[in-house]
Amino acid sequence: MTLLHDLAHCRAGDKGNLATLSVIPYDDELYPLLVREVTVERVREHLARFVDGEVVRYELPNLCALLFVCEHISDGGVTTSLALDTHGKTLSSRLLSLPLELEASPC
Amino acid sequence: MRIGSGAGFAGDRIEPAEDLLRRAGLDYLVLECLAERTIALGQQRRLLDPDAGYDPRLVARFERLLPLAQDNGVRIVTNMGAANPLAAGRVTRRLLGATGTVAVVTGDDVLAGLDLDAPAIEDGVALRLHGEVVSANAYLGADAIMPALDAGADVVLTGRVADPSLFLAPIAHRLGWDLADTRHAACGTLIGHLLECAGQLTGGYFADPGRRDVPGLAELGFPFAEVEPDGRAIFRKLPGTGGQLSRATAREQLLYEITDPAAYRTPDVVLDLRAVTVTAHGVDTVQVAGAVGRPRPDQLKVSVGYRAGYRAEAGISYVGPNAARRAALAHEIVTTRLAGVGLRLRAEVLGGGDEYRLRVAASGRDRALLDEVGFEVEALYTNGPAGGGGVRVHTGEVIGIVSTFVPRQRVAPSVTLMEAPDDPAT
Repeated sequence: MTLLHDLAHCRAGDKGNLATLSVIPYDDELYPLLVREVTVERVREHLARFVDGEVVRYELPNLCALLFVCEHISDGGVTTSLALDTHGKTLSSRLLSLPLELEASPC
Repeated sequence: MRIGSGAGFAGDRIEPAEDLLRRAGLDYLVLECLAERTIALGQQRRLLDPDAGYDPRLVARFERLLPLAQDNGVRIVTNMGAANPLAAGRVTRRLLGATGTVAVVTGDDVLAGLDLDAPAIEDGVALRLHGEVVSANAYLGADAIMPALDAGADVVLTGRVADPSLFLAPIAHRLGWDLADTRHAACGTLIGHLLECAGQLTGGYFADPGRRDVPGLAELGFPFAEVEPDGRAIFRKLPGTGGQLSRATAREQLLYEITDPAAYRTPDVVLDLRAVTVTAHGVDTVQVAGAVGRPRPDQLKVSVGYRAGYRAEAGISYVGPNAARRAALAHEIVTTRLAGVGLRLRAEVLGGGDEYRLRVAASGRDRALLDEVGFEVEALYTNGPAGGGGVRVHTGEVIGIVSTFVPRQRVAPSVTLMEAPDDPAT
């Protein structure tokens, strides 16, 4: 099975109770595939244990990158969270474990 | 002009900044050391000691960096002033010795005039209802730093300033840019955003062995930018340092903490990143262009610190055969014993393979009650499953942070100059 980890890298950031997750393919030609496969619905489902609010996706074709902005509401943000990773820094690696169903051609 | 990034957070390494000062031919070095919560903690220290409240590592960092900056003619801009920029300025002035001017930027502390009935951006609840407010600092912009640079300061110390503004100000100063020119403000803000986390641009926080191998991470070099008068910027790191500066690392940092690529708001500009391009220019060299700006917001964001009670954290480990089930049993026991105590509680079993750790965290206003968490986890030694070990307990005060806005007109930044005692100018 192919994981997102095989095709792309990711960095998580945080602002208040928002987590930001960039998804950047190793190869620019894989960008359309990521646009098709790494949808808001799939990301929300995959991160459901960690993200309980709205998920917004931004497409950045100039950079061949996607950006997800995820709300985590219930845990109260960085300063008052009870999670071990209060910042949600490890969400990037959680996202990279997303399984991808690939068709024959990558593009 | 050349501007380097010598620290990306309060605890950052010092060696890479020394290397930049020695070898990069910099005009300016920026040290970004002030996270959201740090200033509230500084405010607490200042209440106990009027001469405290600035970055606790300021002296250690400056003892190593200031002599190199002076020898190489590099001017420093840093937010290590934290909750007490004037005290930081006085200490820095002493460290500089016989020559050199320190400028201190104040005015970010808006606690005195804060409307505590204003709603927090995050949850719409009035600030006062979150808990006792202990700090309120407006994010100042590059315009607050410019007078310090115009006055010829060798070291500029600030409190809360938007991170990219720490870079935009010296770039604009050196290249004669008008901050009201949104194109230039956007270019400088983009450069600042890329540099503000130091090693995160040059291969730090990027390596994934076998997948993304980064050479020489132990000797990770920090980045600097060569900025042209028209706003184009080339990013580099020093030859012989470890790390990697590539399209991949630059794009990760470009999107880091961006919540809207069309509108990254700073006190200086609203930056639109959608047309930005990142191009590799040979080894460890990247060009970034395409920043678009719209006029700066009328309101300034204010970071508000409040007493959020206490947090307790405790853990115990189980290893070897059946460790997962013994940890799960410990989880069940401790949550049963702590049920009904009235704490916000989170218990989880972490780990894998043959090593698991039960972690219990709780928060609340009553410190004595929170101590129960540690007692109950420790009690698992003689009152729980077999073979538990490595109990650690920690309880501490929590400073929460929420944000609000204030009209720009209500914030009045000012600059205080501290010149050498035997300086002919004084």
